[in-house]
Amino acid sequence: MSNFEKAPTCETGPVNRRRFLSGLIGAGTLAVAPGVTLYKYAEAAVSSKVRWGMLIDTSKCKSGCTKCIDACATENGLTSKDRPRTDAQWIRKVDLRDSKTGRTQSLPVMCQHCAEPPCVDVCPTGASFKRADGIVLVDKHICIGCRYCMMACPYKARSFVHETLEDQKPHAPRGKGTVESCTMCVHRVDAGGRPACVEACEAAEHGAMVFGDLNDPKSEISKRLASYPSMAIRADLGLDPGVRYQGLGGGR
Amino acid sequence: MKSVRYEHLALSGRAFYVLLAAVGGLAGIGLLSAWAMEHRGHWVTGMDNQIVWGMPHIFAIFLIVAASGALNVASMGSVFGRAAYKPLARLSGLLALALLMGGLSVLVLDLGRPDRLIVAMTTYNFKSIFAWNIFLYTGLMAVVGVYLWVQMERRFQHLAGAAGVVALVWRLALTTGTGLIFGMLIAREAYDAAVMAPLFIAMSLAFGMALFVPVLIAAYAAGGHTIDEALIRRMGRLLGIFVAAVLYFVAVQHLTNLYAAEHTGVERFILADGGAITALFWFGQVVFGGLLPLALLFGKTRNGIQSRVLTACLLIVLGGLAQLYVIIIGGQAYPLQLFPGLEVTSSFFDGQVNTYTPSLYEIMLGLGGFGIAALITVVGLMAMPFLPASTALGAEQAEAAE
Amino acid sequence: MIRLLVIAIVMFGAAVAASADESRVPFPLVPKAKGEACVRDTDFMRTNHMELLLHQRDDTVHEGVRPEKTRLTACLDCHAVKGASGTPITYKDPKHFCRTCHDYAAVSIDCFSCHNSVPEKSEAARK
Repeated sequence: MSNFEKAPTCETGPVNRRRFLSGLIGAGTLAVAPGVTLYKYAEAAVSSKVRWGMLIDTSKCKSGCTKCIDACATENGLTSKDRPRTDAQWIRKVDLRDSKTGRTQSLPVMCQHCAEPPCVDVCPTGASFKRADGIVLVDKHICIGCRYCMMACPYKARSFVHETLEDQKPHAPRGKGTVESCTMCVHRVDAGGRPACVEACEAAEHGAMVFGDLNDPKSEISKRLASYPSMAIRADLGLDPGVRYQGLGGGR
Repeated sequence: MKSVRYEHLALSGRAFYVLLAAVGGLAGIGLLSAWAMEHRGHWVTGMDNQIVWGMPHIFAIFLIVAASGALNVASMGSVFGRAAYKPLARLSGLLALALLMGGLSVLVLDLGRPDRLIVAMTTYNFKSIFAWNIFLYTGLMAVVGVYLWVQMERRFQHLAGAAGVVALVWRLALTTGTGLIFGMLIAREAYDAAVMAPLFIAMSLAFGMALFVPVLIAAYAAGGHTIDEALIRRMGRLLGIFVAAVLYFVAVQHLTNLYAAEHTGVERFILADGGAITALFWFGQVVFGGLLPLALLFGKTRNGIQSRVLTACLLIVLGGLAQLYVIIIGGQAYPLQLFPGLEVTSSFFDGQVNTYTPSLYEIMLGLGGFGIAALITVVGLMAMPFLPASTALGAEQAEAAE
Repeated sequence: MIRLLVIAIVMFGAAVAASADESRVPFPLVPKAKGEACVRDTDFMRTNHMELLLHQRDDTVHEGVRPEKTRLTACLDCHAVKGASGTPITYKDPKHFCRTCHDYAAVSIDCFSCHNSVPEKSEAARK
């Protein structure tokens, strides 16, 4: 039993009983005191001055190219269990074909980070939530795994973790029994970076994906949205997604 | 009103233990399946990222909806003043509690993180109809508990009327909420309809009665008594009206959907192209769960009414499960229409009808819910006086017939 | 009945006798961390680390507040326990820092069902 050592007496040892009790009273007082003043060390919270969004130019998107998918899987530790029906997919390539005209298109689809997310509305515990800066996330600490948000999402953006996971990426915790979706690489964004998919598309010199602040008229994404026509998938639902597409068309 | 004497279930010791073992065993198999699903992960089930709700939810929602309907018998007695049903109020309350607990157990055990039940019961996002349902379900247990107590405690029997009204309003809200779980989903074409709320109310009345009547008949048969045929006939006719109401709302839902061009895809899938879904809709839900019971319940017959009613009850239960399969699985099997009018393919099963093969785990978990409900019912009936003395039933019936 | 009482008294007496010296109760051997206490002092952390964790995680997830010192990865950096091969051990190993106390106190935690239990740098090194 190498984990154990001889017990201390009241005075010696790591936990002195008298100090423990007074510490407990002190801790009790502290716990009652407003947590905000005690535990907020550094950094301001994100604010709604910024609204993060993505613009995807489908004319530059090639069918068969999966650079964004691979980058997302590597960045977030999405390992395949060779069970495609239950494997998580945060972003996927969708191939479209208009049967009347024969036109084909290819585009990546991920969580659209709606301004009025149905997944946030339906979550019973509030685990699915929208951050002030527009990124829609799952708080996996309170997710109970009911999958109602998966029923509610019009974009099939969410995946459920069907098995025990190991070796998760430290910046992308994920675990069995909770629901997850594209986080817009929030760990990168908070450090001033861009999502991995956008970087991978740029590195492959396709340039189909742009990330930026929709509220900043000087950002590249805003300038492009102001210059060229763009649309949201299922715009009729009125969800105001943060992900917009250029070059989509056809169908009913 | 003559005061009614209530009795315990009249089962001999041996018969009780055999029954207890049977329903307890069924509940136990359900618990074992839940453990396997939770421990190994949901990949062992037939549910996946395309069909996220499966057999457990079908059984759970059936039980929860039936629970609300089972309470209707008590409402008819105490709120609507139907003398024939007044003595049945206690059994109605017990069955409602048992079915609700059975259904909720299945729902909770299927969660990805059932260890976070306390989180679900204390952290509410009140914009979510699901959160409202959790609140309404737990609340109904308290309401029915109080309702049963004021009926069984002589000093408080004058409060039974008020408690009955509260129970009625609460369960109407609860069943409306259950229907709106689907009705409020804008994403899925098979849902997103306000008519789901009254449809579920009608379903609750039919399913609840279809479970109440066999339990009542069985409980009396255990004591060697039969129930007055007039009462059976009366309950059968009421059950028939409820089944007709369900058929009406189903017809309204599909006919109005067929009218809208944007919904013809999903309607064609459910009504014609859906394979198992279509078969379950027409044969399971409409014929076996609707038309056949109506023929049995309203057909002219002089004798054999009890066997016809019991057969109708069985058909309604099976048809109800088929109906929930069509609603829950059918709604998810039909692909989400992200790009209407275009052919869609992807690595995430976009643009294709999703198939669902339930695993044994899910089926056992669902049946386990019935086991838990049956266990609570049997133990409750043995432990406390829920059954009106058999003579009281006939006497009440004779009074009401005047 | 009397026999039971006698046995109980004898067992109690033996326990008291055995504890005549200091080793009354086995105590977990908590591995020493790298460096000094950087968040709060040890006594405070011993009694309140759970409050810090539960509160800070909400700030991080919902507000995007990521203070350097109270990130879980920062905690793991200093509190990593090296195994026989010289690399930090995961939560599977009973000698993991969190397990030494949590196993002893029989308080199960589910942090590491989602979070990686080794420091970030060694995680990168392992890949």
